[in-house]
Amino acid sequence: MANAILQGIFLGAFYAVLACGLSLMFGVMRIINLAHGDIAVLGAYIVLVIVQGTGMSPLVGFVVALPVMIALGYVLQLTVLERALKSGLLTPLLATFGLSIVIQNLLLLKFSPDVHSLGASAGALTTESWNVFGGVTIPALGLVVLAVAVVVYGALQLYLSRTRSGWRMRATAEDPDAAELAGIDSRHVYARATAIAVAIAALGGLFLALRSVFDPVSGPTQLIFAFEAVVIGGMGSLWGTLLGGLALGVAQTLGAQLNPEYAALSGHVLFLVVLVLRFGGIRYARGGARA
Amino acid sequence: MIVRRWTRTSRLFTGGTGVVVVLLAGLPLVFGPDIVQKTTTLLIFVLLAAMWNALAGYGGLLSVGQQAFIGLGAYGTILFADLGFPPYVAMIIALVVAGALSIPISLFALRLRAAQFAIGMWVIAEAASILVRLDQNLGAGTGIALSQLYSYDPNYRQAYTFWLALALTVIFLGALFFLLRSPLGTSLQAIRDDEDAARSLGVRVAARKRLLFVLAGFGCAGAGVLIVANTLFIEPGSVFSVQWSAYMIFMVLVGGLGTFEGPILGAILLFAIQTTFTQGGPWYLVGLGATAALFALLLPRGLWGAIEERLGLRLLPVGYQVVEKKK
Amino acid sequence: MSLLQVEALDCRYGLLQAVRGVSFEVDEGETVALIGANGAGKTTLLRAIAGAHQPHAGRVTFAGADITRLPAHTRVRRGIALVPEGRRLFAGLTVEENLRVATSSRGGTRWSVQKVLDVFPFLKERLHMPAATLSGGEQQAVAIGRALMTSPRLLLLDEASLGLAPVAVDAVYRSLADVIREGTTVLLVEQDLTRALEVAGRVICMLEGRVVLEGDAGTLDRERIVSAYFGLRRAAAGGG
Repeated sequence: MANAILQGIFLGAFYAVLACGLSLMFGVMRIINLAHGDIAVLGAYIVLVIVQGTGMSPLVGFVVALPVMIALGYVLQLTVLERALKSGLLTPLLATFGLSIVIQNLLLLKFSPDVHSLGASAGALTTESWNVFGGVTIPALGLVVLAVAVVVYGALQLYLSRTRSGWRMRATAEDPDAAELAGIDSRHVYARATAIAVAIAALGGLFLALRSVFDPVSGPTQLIFAFEAVVIGGMGSLWGTLLGGLALGVAQTLGAQLNPEYAALSGHVLFLVVLVLRFGGIRYARGGARA
Repeated sequence: MIVRRWTRTSRLFTGGTGVVVVLLAGLPLVFGPDIVQKTTTLLIFVLLAAMWNALAGYGGLLSVGQQAFIGLGAYGTILFADLGFPPYVAMIIALVVAGALSIPISLFALRLRAAQFAIGMWVIAEAASILVRLDQNLGAGTGIALSQLYSYDPNYRQAYTFWLALALTVIFLGALFFLLRSPLGTSLQAIRDDEDAARSLGVRVAARKRLLFVLAGFGCAGAGVLIVANTLFIEPGSVFSVQWSAYMIFMVLVGGLGTFEGPILGAILLFAIQTTFTQGGPWYLVGLGATAALFALLLPRGLWGAIEERLGLRLLPVGYQVVEKKK
Repeated sequence: MSLLQVEALDCRYGLLQAVRGVSFEVDEGETVALIGANGAGKTTLLRAIAGAHQPHAGRVTFAGADITRLPAHTRVRRGIALVPEGRRLFAGLTVEENLRVATSSRGGTRWSVQKVLDVFPFLKERLHMPAATLSGGEQQAVAIGRALMTSPRLLLLDEASLGLAPVAVDAVYRSLADVIREGTTVLLVEQDLTRALEVAGRVICMLEGRVVLEGDAGTLDRERIVSAYFGLRRAAAGGG
């Protein structure tokens, strides 16, 4: 049981990394990028190509893939998302949904439906683990992912609270109109947010590739877990998303204790319960939903 | 100046639609099961498109999880058929039961805002898919067939399925049509245009949206029932697939969000594209996704919306026209 | 020397026309008051000059360059800053963060956080507090300070005294005097006629989107202004 919770935390840290970019984009632009999971998978494929082509370790491969993903993030914002923001409320959802289908199928065309994994190429990182006491193991990869998750969230928080660029991002998130009047170029702010989100998503993709297998249509599954983490932790809260991810991971591993098939389902149940508690309560029955 | 609902064009067209329905009813008498099956597929598309449009175009509710009801309708049919009901009776029961699930779901789903609602519905579909997968009696992950239909002669079976499809399409589109023409409908269009203004005028927005959600729930359950009747074999991966949402989004966006005729146009288009590119596969889906995205960004009112604007054309009398009264 | 030129400006919200064919000039160093009843189009006009609203027709020229199509943040860089109606502070940010997010322009008198604190000394203790916790007068000071941090050549103020206690309004107008002394050009919208006439050299009165009266604050008599304000008798623009 204790081991299940611990493994759940390691799993949850992975979900937290996946969810980070999604949470940021929602916090700054009020957009849920339905292609977020597919972007993570795309990142995994780029690392795969680099690893297969050069024989480098996946971690090094990621460092090479990162600038590509960041550039892709800028392109995504400036072409699709910026336009979508100006249209209706539904447009970003519809446009990113279409994008998700496009990415999945382009990957299918290029890479075939076979599953891949980068676990084998990472050597000790994925195979090493330590027995701590009675039944409790700490896998090296799990520990690394947890550490990276904390560092990523911490760095993002520092960026938002200590740098002028971060203040500008928060200002634009709160009131884009007033931000423009203060001389802040909202286009640049949004592009920066998307680029950061895409980069962290790619990191999530790397961890996916290291922890397990992926194929061109793995995207939607990652999106759902990322979104569940964001909602469980409270939309619009960055640290909340980290906690939400951890909660999701623990829910899944505890569910798996009952029956391995219940893993994802337990997460869905937790998600739906949180939704009902947060939005189904009596206080919302009077006077309609709050704005 | 007077305000009119019917113009000559809309009179002609509505009459024409009636004729088309009657003619379609005779289809199985003239053509073989193959063509009848294909036409059934077209009707399923029309039904799905109309229902998704009812949600998004008239209710402002973007759901990426209607496949939940499709799957529940399909597996419900299997369930009730296995319980001993004659297959076509099982289908009706499944439609009612699966559709009725939309009522409890609506109690909390409708409190969610845009993105949460969209993905929340998707999660419900995923959860339903997993629950089905866990049930050995329903074929688990490998799928199951509506074997009770094997005993029917293919011609009859296809004809019955087609007539059921025609009936359901007429019923649900008819229900939507009358809904839009009623005072309820005007308030729906008001909600679509400006929700806050509508609410401030006393329009009971929540109740209206619930009505649309439940209607769409029944409609999509109906589509699920038809799918299993039409193809006989289903598996969780395909019938609960988010690809159905992709199809619905494509049909409605390209056809015309928020118009009555648009989704029908979109369904015909999707059907035409699907039958032309029978190879299917990734390129076809890339095209669908890209087209849907482009329409969302560049032509949000879809093809029919553009036609309506250019020509001032309304084929079906769901709106009002201000007309100069002839002296 | 003319710093700002507005020519035949037309501003709309959908089918509603808020500004109709407005033309005027503001010279460098001038202080001009824009007065008029609610709904006269004053806020829309300021927003159009600042770049927050795209005019339907007409032209805005600043320092000799046509800026009509430029976005707001670029105009800030050129030296135009708007203190918006209702202050519009970033509530989640601290006072210091609110001041420092502003981008600096190329020209204009150089402003810094310290200089803003010199003008509004009571903000010193509040520097690291969230802007949402400040009183109305303090928030207005921060809003003006934020605009000043862009080192503007032209400062636009929209109803800076709205909803403030008289003491706070005094503080605002004292700071305004400092700003004017530095040579900054000021165009302000003000409901309080007395205040407006005290601080401004010139007055422009708007009614239903049009300019109905324009002239020196000193020479225009009160009665003419009031009748123009309420549209009782359409006064000829620019007459004595």
